[in-house]
Amino acid sequence: MTTPRRLKPVDAVIIGYGWTGAILAKTLTDAGLHVVALERGPARDTSPDFEYPRIADELRHGIRGELWQPLAAETVTVRHSVNDTAVPYRKYGSFVLGNGVGGAGVHWNGMLWRASPEDFRFRSHIEERYDKHFIPSEMTIQDYPVSFEELEPHFDHFEKVCGVSGTAGNLRGTIRPHGNPFEGPRSDDYPTPPLPAIYAAQLFEKASAQLGYRSFPVPAANSSVAFTNPYGVRLGPCNLCGYCERFGCFLYSKASPQTTILPILANRSSLSVRTGAYVTRIQQDASKKRATGVLYIDENGQELEQPADLVILSAFQMHNVRLLLLSGIGAPYDPSSGQGVVGKNYAYQMVAATSAFFGEDVHINPFIGAGAAGMRAIDEFNSDHYDHSKLGFVGGAVIMAGATGGRPIEQMLLPPDTSRWGRSWKEAVRKHYRHSAPVTVQGSVMSYRDRYLSLDPTYKDKHGVPLLRITFDWHDNEYRMAAYAASKMEEIVREMHPQSQATLMFKPGNHYDTRIYQSTHTTGGAIMGSSPSSSVINRYSQSWDLPNLFVYGASAFPQNVGYNPTGLLAGLAYFSAEKLKSTYLRSPGPLVS
Amino acid sequence: MELPYGHGAFFYLQGPFHPESPATLGYQLRYTPREIYRLGIEDANAASRENHGREFARLDPSSQEQFLASMEEGALKFPTIPAALLFAQLLENTREGYFSDPIHGGNRNMVAWNWIGFPGARADFTDWIDQAGTEYPYGPVSIGGTKA
Repeated sequence: MTTPRRLKPVDAVIIGYGWTGAILAKTLTDAGLHVVALERGPARDTSPDFEYPRIADELRHGIRGELWQPLAAETVTVRHSVNDTAVPYRKYGSFVLGNGVGGAGVHWNGMLWRASPEDFRFRSHIEERYDKHFIPSEMTIQDYPVSFEELEPHFDHFEKVCGVSGTAGNLRGTIRPHGNPFEGPRSDDYPTPPLPAIYAAQLFEKASAQLGYRSFPVPAANSSVAFTNPYGVRLGPCNLCGYCERFGCFLYSKASPQTTILPILANRSSLSVRTGAYVTRIQQDASKKRATGVLYIDENGQELEQPADLVILSAFQMHNVRLLLLSGIGAPYDPSSGQGVVGKNYAYQMVAATSAFFGEDVHINPFIGAGAAGMRAIDEFNSDHYDHSKLGFVGGAVIMAGATGGRPIEQMLLPPDTSRWGRSWKEAVRKHYRHSAPVTVQGSVMSYRDRYLSLDPTYKDKHGVPLLRITFDWHDNEYRMAAYAASKMEEIVREMHPQSQATLMFKPGNHYDTRIYQSTHTTGGAIMGSSPSSSVINRYSQSWDLPNLFVYGASAFPQNVGYNPTGLLAGLAYFSAEKLKSTYLRSPGPLVS
Repeated sequence: MELPYGHGAFFYLQGPFHPESPATLGYQLRYTPREIYRLGIEDANAASRENHGREFARLDPSSQEQFLASMEEGALKFPTIPAALLFAQLLENTREGYFSDPIHGGNRNMVAWNWIGFPGARADFTDWIDQAGTEYPYGPVSIGGTKA
């Protein structure tokens, strides 16, 4: 490759044009900066890319994943422990990676949770409530350097940006009926009311109430009514089409950067969005105290240098970590010494599911469903909402009911003793398809000394750049958490009175299985903390090493929660954006000393 | 199999290959889907000729089912493509063809969707939001606009 062509310097360059890239593009152009956003995937918008009826194609989008990052060009490698050889994640399974304008914010379900107040000081909270030895020594969980109360106005703002439908459970300290009583105090209700529960969720509501649990609508970035967000962008009501996660929304109902923020940025002359721009490195000056811009490869394979005074790293969690490692920014984490920070505390989520099989007189109609709207959940067994003193683990899970659709290739539920093919399989799909429903556990995963991200020594992307390597497997804490939450889930499902039920879950002896879709909620690797020795970024998402580099996304989470990550990572981004505006842009430099 | 999928466009297929890796780390062979079929069908027919004196297509239905079952279980050993892999590929693509929109060439007249009661590309249930628990009465529609 020849010497990269040097482009005209700009005030700020954004790497990755998904949720946090869009939030920062707005913030920085509002402040008068000239901004270039680099997105490696294609340009995408509701029209023409998500138009009906072409979008309602399960094979093309739900299975082949045409909106996802093409793994042929770049993937990650995975191994279970530090002494193993990692092998490539060659086909999609365990998680799906976003690609293109909007990122994973296009193909998500729209479950928009806040984390619980104790999640932000999880280590301190556990040590105070139980004792100092309650947390196993290999568990490297940390407190966030920011509190729920500090983030609350930003959670609230983002919910309004997304037109979230839901019911407040804790409004300024008052617990309200039909909402989540375990949520932290919110300053305002959700901007749009919840959609009625779909039938499976109604059965779950009744069963939960019988058992004394307080179910509530899953907070849904699937608007229930026509709604104008604070930026003047209009969202439309969700029609429960059943093509949500893995698809783009054709109805402008599911919040995505396209349906909430990008329309107001489209005509800003101070913003230039370049698609097909594959960033390979963040450049630093000789003193390694300052980012000077980025190197990227454009659609024609030409290498370009984009100088900038401010670098915003807002790619997906894994890609953020990979770019830091490729750029030599910060000390790579070393699991043998526990020193170094980049790649540290990779975590995931532990899921389990119970399928309920009803008789043919119970009409579940599984194809009626949205990503989050119409679903119901309980939060009794999440986070530290319950006493763990005799349970032998920390963390927990949200338990949710209602399908995101009944797409038959991916979402067919069958009793475990069903033949996998042939005449009896055919009879079984007819018998069960319309009369079965899933209930799921989505649980936290703690961070551990031996679970981390690094560069793979062998495998490369299509440009010859090393892939990211994941070293991950389950620990006992998570098996125990899942067993406990699943036992509560099974109890609720029994109370729904199906003819039979079956649970899928990971038990001790089951290794992390990359073949089975579990969750795209991968976290950590560029975590937020109160000191450069234990974290990559400070409370304002600013790099400790390069004060003009900010890193956004779930890569900041010191450990994972049982909630979906988007609400939390957007809250952190808006909190940082406010500080950029009020302080950094006036006087660039470290925001925490 | 002439589409990008068949040529492996959706998979990372750079080496080195470690087929001895734990099964939980997923597919670790070098073959594209079309190679799995091309080489696997040759292997299967050779095994069928050896065991039954004729190619798979000319076996009677119950022998065919038995042959497929022993592929699935991996009881049959093929020289190039593992029998269980060929079977898994075949089952996966068959299920995809059966349940996907007719635009892809299978599920003719939406027969599979009618069979299970899936309304296909209808994708609008506003009229059923307040009728949860009652039987959905409408048949499927396809992306091409046909009804059944």
